[in-house]
Amino acid sequence: MALLAPADQEQLREAFSEMTAPVRLLFFTQTIDCEPCVQTRQILDELPALSDRIAIEEVNFVLDKDKAAQYAVDRVPAIAVLGQNGSGETTEDSRIRFLGTPSGYEFISLVQAIRLVGGAGSTLTDDNRRRIAAVDKPVTMQVFTTPT
Amino acid sequence: MAVEATEFPDLARRYRVTGVPKTVVNDAVEILGGLPQDDFVSQALAQFLAAPGEPEEQPER
Repeated sequence: MALLAPADQEQLREAFSEMTAPVRLLFFTQTIDCEPCVQTRQILDELPALSDRIAIEEVNFVLDKDKAAQYAVDRVPAIAVLGQNGSGETTEDSRIRFLGTPSGYEFISLVQAIRLVGGAGSTLTDDNRRRIAAVDKPVTMQVFTTPT
Repeated sequence: MAVEATEFPDLARRYRVTGVPKTVVNDAVEILGGLPQDDFVSQALAQFLAAPGEPEEQPER
């Protein structure tokens, strides 16, 4: 059952059409005791149909501890956004993560993150790009949101 | 990292999330609400820039 209305699907298809590179979403999930994981899976299932450049890969958080550690994922549902590396594989870690169900406003943020990693839609000014490039320490930004 | 605050109340408590969006940078800088891009970059990253000739503005706490 589609969660998105046809008009929304059309709008998203257009938004994703500006992407120039493929994006892979690593979806960390578990089968037991995680209702938000089920909702997240339903939301993510909508995306590949809207763009050839979007792929979803499910990772079992309980069984695949190595991968969870590799991507610094310590709870679920979590999504790691991967872009294209030099060889054209979608294994380049953008280091963008989504923790929790990407519904409501979070869905818009996810769409934007996919577009960015896929090479579309950055609104960063050249000036700010230079300032950010001058960061010389590891920076972790956590943005807390709610769906409404 | 985007964190859904209602699904992870422990994280919301740990970072004293009283409203959204709330941005926490390296557990050291807290920004509540949205800001214009220039201000956001200044406040979020001031502490983490390589020391230039002139000091960066300190983020408001």
